[in-house]
Amino acid sequence: MKDKEIAFSKNIFVEGLRDGFPIGLGYFAVSFSLGIFAKKVGANVVQGIVNSFLNHASAGEYAVYSLIGAGASYIEMAIMTLVVNARYLLMSTALSQKIHPKTPFIHRLLIGFHVTDELFAISIKRPGYVNPFYCYGAFLIAVLGWCLGTAAGIVAGGVLPIRVVSAFSVALYGMFLACIMPTARKNRVVAFAIIVCFVMSYLASVLPGISQISSGTRTIILTVVIASVLAVLFPHDENVQEE
Amino acid sequence: MNHNIYIYILVAGLVSFIIRALPTTIFRKPIKNKFIKSFLYYVPFVTLAVMTFPAIIEATQSKLAGVLALICGTIAAWFNQSLFRVAVICCVVVFVVELVLV
Repeated sequence: MKDKEIAFSKNIFVEGLRDGFPIGLGYFAVSFSLGIFAKKVGANVVQGIVNSFLNHASAGEYAVYSLIGAGASYIEMAIMTLVVNARYLLMSTALSQKIHPKTPFIHRLLIGFHVTDELFAISIKRPGYVNPFYCYGAFLIAVLGWCLGTAAGIVAGGVLPIRVVSAFSVALYGMFLACIMPTARKNRVVAFAIIVCFVMSYLASVLPGISQISSGTRTIILTVVIASVLAVLFPHDENVQEE
Repeated sequence: MNHNIYIYILVAGLVSFIIRALPTTIFRKPIKNKFIKSFLYYVPFVTLAVMTFPAIIEATQSKLAGVLALICGTIAAWFNQSLFRVAVICCVVVFVVELVLV
């Protein structure tokens, strides 16, 4: 048998399922809201499930539907996904240090594929090398939450009263806030950056000229410009921990 | 300008797969460049903030409901409430405010 770190173990797979379960519940709620949005831009249940399985990322999928709604080009879609999901590059890089050197290529591919903000957080916290089957267990149950939630949202979006749809539609933004605010509290640069983003994003949506550009492209431009300026002015040093 | 939704999804799926899998398969060295590291550190905060506002006030029937959801969600998230709770708080705020206003 191969090293314990990469071998299949039912216990480790079940541990993954167990840790992934609360994440799957959260995903269900958020992807329900995503499904309502998907319905608005004309996506059907199958498309919603395929998108949730392949992309399994809140901001990424949100971007997909808003670009579909805007009738954007495929190039715009590719660039937008690159920008919105760029953070996974960082997470996968960090996770790659936790993969046993003897791990076969196919498992490396799949460990990369499994990354989401929350699954990354639990996989990186594993002691020692991460066993691929832990990731698969957690991924399976979490992505199930994503897909079922999206499907339910698309179905319910056409049935629920507008008042309820309106309320659910902000769940996604609540999730975004939950992702960024805890760091803002600890890191003043991030807090300041968020305020700047709100103001710039608002201005970009009303000022003549830039407000005529599609909202997807506006997001790309604002993200690249603001993050570049921040990176130059306030280089981030991960050795200095945020206190 | 008729685009196929499946092609949109496949394009996005392919790009996000490459982003996720490249570092675990081919580029296994840690990123050294200070600018790129800092840039990637800030990107999630910036892109999520940009996508949240003003979209949150345009998603609801009443703008005020969206503004209040933003404020309450920010406060809840600031005090480290879980993702699920923050999402629920935002929904409840919108529902209640619109019950009164709309």
